[in-house]
Amino acid sequence: MDQKKRSSFTYPPRNNSPQESFNPNYDCPQFNSQNRTESPYPYDTPSQFFNSQSREWDPHALLLNLSFLEQKIHQTQNIVREMIRTNEGQNCNISELTAQRQLLTTDLTSTIIQLISTAGSFLPTIRTSLLSGNAPITQLGSSIPSASSGLSPSAYQPNPSPDYEELTKGWGENGVESADQIQIEDLDVKEGEDVGQDGDTLPIGSYEVLQLEKEEILAPHTHFCTICGKGFKRDANLRMHMRGHGDEYKSPAALAKPAREPGSQPMPVKRYSCPFVGCKRNKEHKNFQPLKTLLCVKNHYKRSHCEKSYTCSRCNTKKFSVIADLKTHEKHCGRDKWLCSCGTTFSRKDKLFGHVALFQGHTPALPSDEVKGKNEEINDKDDSGGVGYNDGDEYLDMKGGYFSPMVNFDSFSFEGLDEFSRTTFDPTETSFSFLRSGSPDFARKDPGN
Amino acid sequence: MEPEKRMDKRIRVDLNLELEQNPIIISPFESLSEEVLFLILDLLNWNPLDRKSFSLVSRSFYKLESCHRRWLTPLRSDLLPSILTRYSSISHLNLTLCSRLTDVTLASIASLLSSSLRSINLSGSRSYTHKGIECLADKCFNLEEIDVSIRVDLGDEVAAAIGKMVKMERVNMGRCRKVTDLGIGCIAVGCPNLKLLSVKGCVGVTDLGVKLVAVKCTKLKSLDVSFTMITKKCLPAIMQLPNLEEFCMTGCLGIDSKAFVILKQGCNTLQALDMSNCEHMTDSGVLSILQKCPNLFHLNLASCSSVNVSILSGLKSMCKLGSIKLDGCKVTASGLKSLSNSCISLKELSLSKCLGVTDEGISVIVAKHKDLVKLDVTCCRYITDESLSAITSSCTSLVSLRMESCTKLSSKGFWLIGQCCPKLEELDLTDNDLDDEGLRSLAGCHNLVSLKIGICLRITDNGLIPIGHSCPRLQELDLYRAIGITDKGVSAIADGCPHLEMINMAYCTNISDESLKFLSKCSKLCILEIRGCLQVSSAGISAIAAGCLLLSKLDVKKCCEVNDAAMFSLARYSHNLRQIHLSYCSVTDAGLLVLACLGSLQNVTMLHLSGVSPKGLATALLMCHGLTKVKMHSSFKLSIPQALIEHVESRGCSFHWMNKPFQVDFESSELWKQQSHDLFVE
Repeated sequence: MDQKKRSSFTYPPRNNSPQESFNPNYDCPQFNSQNRTESPYPYDTPSQFFNSQSREWDPHALLLNLSFLEQKIHQTQNIVREMIRTNEGQNCNISELTAQRQLLTTDLTSTIIQLISTAGSFLPTIRTSLLSGNAPITQLGSSIPSASSGLSPSAYQPNPSPDYEELTKGWGENGVESADQIQIEDLDVKEGEDVGQDGDTLPIGSYEVLQLEKEEILAPHTHFCTICGKGFKRDANLRMHMRGHGDEYKSPAALAKPAREPGSQPMPVKRYSCPFVGCKRNKEHKNFQPLKTLLCVKNHYKRSHCEKSYTCSRCNTKKFSVIADLKTHEKHCGRDKWLCSCGTTFSRKDKLFGHVALFQGHTPALPSDEVKGKNEEINDKDDSGGVGYNDGDEYLDMKGGYFSPMVNFDSFSFEGLDEFSRTTFDPTETSFSFLRSGSPDFARKDPGN
Repeated sequence: MEPEKRMDKRIRVDLNLELEQNPIIISPFESLSEEVLFLILDLLNWNPLDRKSFSLVSRSFYKLESCHRRWLTPLRSDLLPSILTRYSSISHLNLTLCSRLTDVTLASIASLLSSSLRSINLSGSRSYTHKGIECLADKCFNLEEIDVSIRVDLGDEVAAAIGKMVKMERVNMGRCRKVTDLGIGCIAVGCPNLKLLSVKGCVGVTDLGVKLVAVKCTKLKSLDVSFTMITKKCLPAIMQLPNLEEFCMTGCLGIDSKAFVILKQGCNTLQALDMSNCEHMTDSGVLSILQKCPNLFHLNLASCSSVNVSILSGLKSMCKLGSIKLDGCKVTASGLKSLSNSCISLKELSLSKCLGVTDEGISVIVAKHKDLVKLDVTCCRYITDESLSAITSSCTSLVSLRMESCTKLSSKGFWLIGQCCPKLEELDLTDNDLDDEGLRSLAGCHNLVSLKIGICLRITDNGLIPIGHSCPRLQELDLYRAIGITDKGVSAIADGCPHLEMINMAYCTNISDESLKFLSKCSKLCILEIRGCLQVSSAGISAIAAGCLLLSKLDVKKCCEVNDAAMFSLARYSHNLRQIHLSYCSVTDAGLLVLACLGSLQNVTMLHLSGVSPKGLATALLMCHGLTKVKMHSSFKLSIPQALIEHVESRGCSFHWMNKPFQVDFESSELWKQQSHDLFVE
């Protein structure tokens, strides 16, 4: 398939946005660049956002995006039509067909990504417009291209333009300013409390606070190919992928990790805020504790505010929202030897005892291999010659789950203790009597009678 | 049997009266109401034989006795099911004497005494496992007290089973070494009413378990964590227990002074604290304890060698301490002075093995604390008659005075004791320079219950006879190596002290069968030691066996004249005999076999029995079901089949193979005393 045609419809609005010049790897720039065309400084300060009308979503940009999507769908339609035509002609070779299919897949993927991106840019703006009080910070992420892609701007600028220098400077200053405001708030609220539990706690105001949107945090890929739109988690993988699009991407300079310019000013320290309002990691929180890196943000958000969708295949009880956590758990799963009667396992004894101390009715459970012994029958006969009493096995039946540990502990923890001894074992009481069939004397000694 | 006769006599008085009025009544016992009979039974407590006689009167008496009995201490476990069908309302069952106790037996106890049983003591019994305890937990829902101590092999399952007893209040798990935090945790969670817990010597128990107990069992009054690995981490939780009164942490090496110094909150309810053998405890720790636990009454600092008593002067307020044990601590005269100043009312003081105790220190203490009831100055070798005069002049209400090895005391001092301490009940003068004059003056202590005058070589009958005449309450008499004592003195004791329970006449070589015949009048006698009394023969032992039916411990080592005849009478009468030491006796196979028929026998030492063959020994071992400990010469190890030994061991008996050479002569008592003095000089 001809490259030309594809590129033409995949990236129509590659206009002269300032971002394009310093972030060539960046993809899906459509809506962002539209934003940028509207307000020339993408790293706009919160206050500016607040004052200017730009925090309202731009209908022009959206329209542009939609028309681009329409165009793209048309082109996809064309490809499908062509496929039908070639199929009808019956003169196609298999390789051509495969290539067509591949192209179709790529186009469809690209369309979907575009659609999501457009929606992603649109939805947050609606929300922020509704909660205008929180606007400055929430708005930030959606309008910053670097943030939306999950990259810090410095890492991906092979040739920083003077514009960019200016931009970052402005951003940095304003960031400090906004952080200062927070600090004042914080100090008003509380004094003397430790601000962060991390070892390298920074004083408030010495760092910028960035906040990404939920969708951006949860986006599976952060790097996209500018040609075919394929998404990647890592920049390096993208660069490897780019080699397939032409020789110009095979040069050592293009393949090398974009290094930071040695002469450039050191970047201000960045910290991240969680978009979940009410979270301790959210900027609005009284005892705000910022997150250090983007990875922290991702993991924190998934762990704290997302559904735990990964279930351990070994124990089928533990659930995780971060797949790495699951893998870590699976390494140790089954080795948790400290067990509570409620079924919770602990890898450390002190954790178990803390748990037991906290909850009413929970008991430390003995390891299962010890408990197994309970199901054994008493075969220890009284060889001292118990008079009239020695053939124990005859009427001492301890089998049949009487000593089943799970039954014991379940009822132990969740029912009243009195019920435990009474109800749980009633059915087995008869099997566990010490009576011979013909000795009614013993039976009357039972408490019930 | 004598008690029976006495009982008959007592009832016959009423009987005659009734017969005169209503000659038609055939069985006069029937007219006695149950209430009256129960009242009689209430009074028949000290001697088990009395109750037996009572129940033999008639069928209804038998029945009543069965209903009345609440406490039971059986000697053998194999008869338990049948005993318990008779005594169906037993609430306190002591099975410590049943060396072998299977799960089956426990299960039968559980089903027979399901609702009445409140307390069960399984201390030292073997063979039962957690399954038996689980049976108890399931059926005996009123169980409040359990003692499973000294079962080294019992693990957490037993503790877990105990944890199912909801009403449990008192748990003793001493020396259950395999019990860990998990087991203790089960008890802590399962027994919310727990008032007493002892995990003494449970080395697997750490801070976590103890902490959990402290969190969950808020009704706890007494806690014993001696010889465990606890550290300061669990102390804050323990000290926050709202009802804790007694806390024992003997030998907890993980506890140091800092643990108490950093403690924010002490325990207001704590009354007794035992910190003996806590080697890392120092002055500052003791001081902070006294400051943080204002109601402390008993304090035990025995063997805390780095504690100096003089720190008490640092206390700002007076402490309420009434009982202090300072055994082996650094004690000086000034230290005792500060002690006497800072404690308001000292009742009990123990200074045993404190090297710094002098006459001055004692005088200071007793001058301030005239209410002193118990004083222990064992091995305080520097104190003289001066101390005694100070003690006797101020502490007239002294009940217990222990001054073993205070060799500088003279008869003048003992005379003071006899004159000024009429309330004295316990007196220990072992290894003192006591003579007849001194002993005679001690006869002034009419209330003496326990008198220990072992290794007092100078005393003779002349001193002992007045004791026999004037101390009718005497229960315990130690005459170890009092070589001057003869039959005459012993007869005076036997006549004057009918309550005698224990007498030690080891190496009193002038004692003969006559003495034993006199002593057979003391029907309460249960411990008799006549080791090395060469003149004693089977006739004497037979007299004792027939007269003292409660005899439980007998030591006849080196009584060469004792032979099978003695064994026959022991087998016939002494159904309570539990421990016997037979080494060097002239017992043969026949005697041993007869003895083995005694079901209660548990502990036998038999070295150098020349008349016993390996075959006889093996048969005896097989016949004696209740054995727990046997000491034998290692030469028998080869001649007795290994399988037999294993079989006996499987029944709960442990063998101790000794390899001592045969000793014909023994060292003279003078030489022995000389050695003990040399030891002191060093």
